[in-house]
Amino acid sequence: MSQLSRRTFLAGATATAAATTLAAPRVHAQKRGGTLRFVAQADLKILDPVWTTAYITRNHSYLVYDTLFGTDERLSVRPQMVDKHAVSKDGMKYSFTLRDGLKWHDGQAVVAEDCVESLKRWMKKDRFGRLLAAHGPKLAAADRKTFTLELSERFGPVLEALGKPSSNVPFMMPARIAATSADEQIKEIVGSGPFRFAKDEWQPGNQVVYVRNADYVPRQEPASGSTGGKRVHLDKVIWRYMPDHATAAAALTAGEVDWWEIPPLDFLPKIEQTASLATFLPDPLGTQGWLRPNHLHPPFNNKKARQALVHMMNQETYLQAAIGVAKYYRTCHSVFACNEPYASKAGAEGLAKQNLERARQLVKESGYDGRPVTVVHVTDIALLNGAALVTRELLTSIGFNVDLKAMDWSTNLAVRAKKDPPDKGGWNVLHTWWMAADVMHPAVHFGVSGAGPGAWFGWPEIPQLEKLITEFVRSTDLAKRKQLAEEVQKVALEEVAYVPWGEYVLPTAHRKTVSGIPKFIAPLFWNVSIA
Amino acid sequence: MFAEILRRLVATIPVMGVVAIAVFALLHVTPGDPAVIIAGDYATTDDIARIRARLGLDQPFHTQVGLWLSRIVRGDLGTSIFSGLPVSTLIGQRAATTIWLTLFAMLISVGVGVPIGVLAAWRKGSWLDRAVMVFAVSGFSMPTFWLGFILVYVFAITAGWLPVQGYQPMGSGFWRFLSHLILPAVTLSVVYMALIARMTRASMLGVLDEDYIRTAFAKGLAPRGVLIRHALKNASLPVVTIIGIGFALLIGGAVVTESVFALPGLGRLTVDAIVRRDYPVIQGVLLIVSGVYVLINLVVDVLYVVLDPRIRY
Repeated sequence: MSQLSRRTFLAGATATAAATTLAAPRVHAQKRGGTLRFVAQADLKILDPVWTTAYITRNHSYLVYDTLFGTDERLSVRPQMVDKHAVSKDGMKYSFTLRDGLKWHDGQAVVAEDCVESLKRWMKKDRFGRLLAAHGPKLAAADRKTFTLELSERFGPVLEALGKPSSNVPFMMPARIAATSADEQIKEIVGSGPFRFAKDEWQPGNQVVYVRNADYVPRQEPASGSTGGKRVHLDKVIWRYMPDHATAAAALTAGEVDWWEIPPLDFLPKIEQTASLATFLPDPLGTQGWLRPNHLHPPFNNKKARQALVHMMNQETYLQAAIGVAKYYRTCHSVFACNEPYASKAGAEGLAKQNLERARQLVKESGYDGRPVTVVHVTDIALLNGAALVTRELLTSIGFNVDLKAMDWSTNLAVRAKKDPPDKGGWNVLHTWWMAADVMHPAVHFGVSGAGPGAWFGWPEIPQLEKLITEFVRSTDLAKRKQLAEEVQKVALEEVAYVPWGEYVLPTAHRKTVSGIPKFIAPLFWNVSIA
Repeated sequence: MFAEILRRLVATIPVMGVVAIAVFALLHVTPGDPAVIIAGDYATTDDIARIRARLGLDQPFHTQVGLWLSRIVRGDLGTSIFSGLPVSTLIGQRAATTIWLTLFAMLISVGVGVPIGVLAAWRKGSWLDRAVMVFAVSGFSMPTFWLGFILVYVFAITAGWLPVQGYQPMGSGFWRFLSHLILPAVTLSVVYMALIARMTRASMLGVLDEDYIRTAFAKGLAPRGVLIRHALKNASLPVVTIIGIGFALLIGGAVVTESVFALPGLGRLTVDAIVRRDYPVIQGVLLIVSGVYVLINLVVDVLYVVLDPRIRY
């Protein structure tokens, strides 16, 4: 099997993106008005973007709420609700002034106190927010439009934290709503974003309706990612949930819906052949696949047994089984997303070249006693199904006894949270995925946390990682941060916090009547129009 | 008769109570945990435990059952763990779709199944009889999702006569409402049409051999009158039973059709809730559906008396 190089992949992905971009979204003059019907990737059941990390809730929140800072197409953080900000010379005190004309959907003006309360609630839940909270920031409103953030210990990426693009995004809410406990779901959906949520028309399991917020004042800069001028051309956006892919495909073809967020890859050739339809790559950064060992129980509480997982890895095989179409995936031997600033090959030699002989030797040296290795096998998500089957074959080939435990995604969520030994309902190996935005750098990347009981499922206890991550967030020098990120990667791969099995991208499909779809990690509806 | 109906209605209460407790018990022994789903990916074990406590899922089984039953008695089906909406609201949003789909599907099933069953019996052994039986076997054999997609391809995508998916309430215009129900109702009705046709044929064959039918023909009555007034009425008890069972199955079991046509019905509500372990929604829907089952059985029993006055309870 020929290996697809990163360069070849990027060339292909760029060509695809360019072709599809040229083919569709910007050829029409932008038109005001109309209703856009959108098939969302999942059913929107939870409306609180702090209460859950679900991507569908994050996507919903981008319509309804606004952020202090946003992330543009090049992953730079830029002001959004903030008009101007200032940092003290010692980097310990930040001051933010809101821009004029910001209003909540209930007609009240957005004031500094609202942002203070929103940030406090967000810092209780989000990983990046918790890291910021650990540096003792004092948040206070200075006047109606200005608030300050004063650190007790140095924290470098303050703006990156406030402009974090993926879950949990620090969305702003009125203070009375943000005062809700972070463990409780908010009851009112009032944002200041470019669309209002039509609660009366919300039917969980069927549809969500958003209407244009006529009071929204866009920034003057051109839109890019979640930043710049969010100009709303649509009167209404209707999200539909269609659990059956064939139905969604037929509805798109028949013109009953306008945009299908994530069509399965096997539907794309047919879509691309249909004259009225086009595909588009909104997030070329893509998604990273993970193989996560459980550090609590044998055999993977042993470092050598974990290292065997790195040496057995062949990303191409995983990607073939999980994704299948070469132009939509790429090998990536970095724990931080390739194509992003912290991507590195440091310490990844073992990951880059499969060595089954070495893996077998490590299994022997680990003293593995032949007990079954429980691999969580999620059968209702195609890519996880494929990854688990590859893992079974590889683990068997290097000398492990494998017990493949089949279950649906929801059961997997309950099983993976169990710290019990595998023979009492726990697990040894699981597979999952994260968007590139969630694995950009050590402060957002769950996989490199070594916080033991406080780490992501699998609970690696690697104090050195925690120390490096703390140094990372305390550094204000980009070169130093890059060096620390490389150190984090070396330790994470040496200790095998997890094993990445490559990256893939997911195109979106739309009717050619839709134009102006922004490039971003989430579907955005400003600047989009429909002919 | 009236007293009997009242007695049967009262008797449904303990039946539903048993169903409620059985449903509750079954859900709590199946794997899965809504607290874990809600907590999301950042959650620590402590976070999950806190959410579980907030939802009352850490209480002993008998306490949870007691709390739930006390709410049910007050007419409160609870609140969805995920959306925070009352279960009664969620059921209300979906009930109309399921009721209309069921009614249309049953109307088509009975409207086609009974006449072709009668004709097949009347012309037993003829090409017509064989054609009806071929149709019946095909109706049983065709998977619903396959038939649904074929109908969508032919009538929605190729011909463009009908919409592919979705539901529109009657308030949006009668044709709009009807056009969204035709394909799903036809898809759903085929298997019941086949079942009713077969049952009608078998039942009619038994009756057509009776002396009074021979007498009716001998008197010179028109075949239509004999078949409908004399034979069909007497052959209808098993058919009514099948129609009753069909109604009950359709209300809870139209999941595949609802998915293929993206209809927001009770079937999909139940499946979505099961996938997420949204216990209050599952319990609420199953309780309502079991109540409907009991009521349909009651209606069938009453119809027996109407159709055959010899029957006494």
